[in-house]
Amino acid sequence: MIERSRFRFDGHLLLVWAAPLTITAIFVWIVGGVLLHGLDQLSWSYLVEAPRRAGRQGGIGPILVSTLLIVSVCLAVAIPLALGAALLLAEFVPRRSTGARIVRLSLDVLAGVPSIVFGLFGSAFFCSLLGLRFSILSGGLTLACMILPVLIRTIEQSLRGVPNAYRMGAAALGLTRTRAIVTVLLPVAAPGVLVGVLLGVGRAVAETAALIFTSGYVDRMPSSVLDSGRALSVHIFDLSLNVPGGDAAAYRASIVLLLLLMLINGGMLCIHSLLKRVMGISAQI
Amino acid sequence: MYTQLAETRHGHLGPNLEFPEPPCRPARIDGQARDLLWRVSDLGVHYGRKTVLSSVSIGLPKGKVTAIIGPSGCGKSTFLCCLNRLSDSMEGCCVEGRIMIGSQDIRSPSVDDIALRRRIGYIFQKPNPFPMSIRRNLELPLKAHGVRDAAEIGRRIESSLVAVGLWSEVKDRLNASALHLSGGQQQRLCIARALVLEPEALLMDEPCSALDPIATGVIEDLIHSLRQRLTIVMVTHNLNQAKRVGDEVALFWCRDGFGYLVETGPAQRVFEAPQDELTKLYISGRIC
Repeated sequence: MIERSRFRFDGHLLLVWAAPLTITAIFVWIVGGVLLHGLDQLSWSYLVEAPRRAGRQGGIGPILVSTLLIVSVCLAVAIPLALGAALLLAEFVPRRSTGARIVRLSLDVLAGVPSIVFGLFGSAFFCSLLGLRFSILSGGLTLACMILPVLIRTIEQSLRGVPNAYRMGAAALGLTRTRAIVTVLLPVAAPGVLVGVLLGVGRAVAETAALIFTSGYVDRMPSSVLDSGRALSVHIFDLSLNVPGGDAAAYRASIVLLLLLMLINGGMLCIHSLLKRVMGISAQI
Repeated sequence: MYTQLAETRHGHLGPNLEFPEPPCRPARIDGQARDLLWRVSDLGVHYGRKTVLSSVSIGLPKGKVTAIIGPSGCGKSTFLCCLNRLSDSMEGCCVEGRIMIGSQDIRSPSVDDIALRRRIGYIFQKPNPFPMSIRRNLELPLKAHGVRDAAEIGRRIESSLVAVGLWSEVKDRLNASALHLSGGQQQRLCIARALVLEPEALLMDEPCSALDPIATGVIEDLIHSLRQRLTIVMVTHNLNQAKRVGDEVALFWCRDGFGYLVETGPAQRVFEAPQDELTKLYISGRIC
């Protein structure tokens, strides 16, 4: 009896395993496909050279530089703003006050707005109204607007997650509110803040729609942030849709984008677990 | 209400046993002429519309350990918070009455609450070291209060850790996380963190309630050693602990949802010859 039940077909178990296996299979299929089509011509020179023949040949050097510049502008603007807004919502405004509720509701609505809408907004506001034209700055600022809602909400949640005992402990030691925030609350909330930044960077690096109308298509090396620059995701989009015979190049660029995302994720997770180890909190996500 | 309580908790008491009504007058301050650190008069605390404490008048003598006893929810911790204005950090907390230190009412807006809390430390029920290194936990308050000299910081860290008996246990791992210490060690670190500011007084809110008996014994010995140089006010649920460490005892009680002071005086007198009926019943364990 026991032997039979051990090998009994378990329908529930199959259902439970089916979901993760399907997801993993889809992921492997996509990554495998991309690697299969693009891995053969990937080399160091591809990463540093300028594209030739509309990207069919050559490398993606200027595109990588533009991408990093756009993401840097985006983070340089978004992180301080998000920290400020999250601190206001979590530490200074009563949780159930009308103002805080309106801000939170607006952020949740904004987080669900499609990126193409942010692209059109960026194009109208940053490019036309502020006169920044197609530039890395316009693209970065548009991305900042796009990731701000998610960033603010994640940082707010991680600040709220800081036990009140630390706030009271800091107050009892005669620390001012500002000092308590800077020296106790933010360091304690840092792992959570990092996860928020990670989500934001991931979204920003992989963004296409918001950048087509703001940072432009130009694939030359940008001379400043006011210059137009093509992001990696826009490059892939362009190669696969507008450039006949650009498929192989699109796959190559996709591998680089995937590697870039994994690198950013891996790096952030390392810092995250390091922070937690230093604090003595068991490292886990 | 007391009858009901007694019935439910101590079935052997007859249902008709009547407990005396608690006094509405402010409790008598014993030893008015003694050297008092705090003189509290007519203290009342409200959270929104809810009154938590009412008409508490008490003097807390310098250089002594005052143990505050009483059942849960009678405002002991709230009272403790008022003594260094930690109550200001609690949302919706409104304090009235006078809390004098020397000739100054600490509730006055001209009193710097930051400086006040440097002079009067607070130890919480549950150890709350910050999730940082042991050294950083002790450095943080010093730097916040303007101590910048590295040698001075090192000296103060060592002397406060020695005072709580933690130095020999942690001197080789000051850079390890404070969360890796045991519960008793964490609580002693919290006491060291308060002592590092060289305060005049320590407020302790049930400092041993989250600890095992051995760690409790260590903390009680520590309180004994600190009484020479500090004024200590300690909330405790444990009557034996109040007897062991308290020079003075104050009994708080709860009636109609708000707390008040029943009796206060030297520990020996209160435990051996309580003047109030309620105190008699409480310390004999017939009501709790």
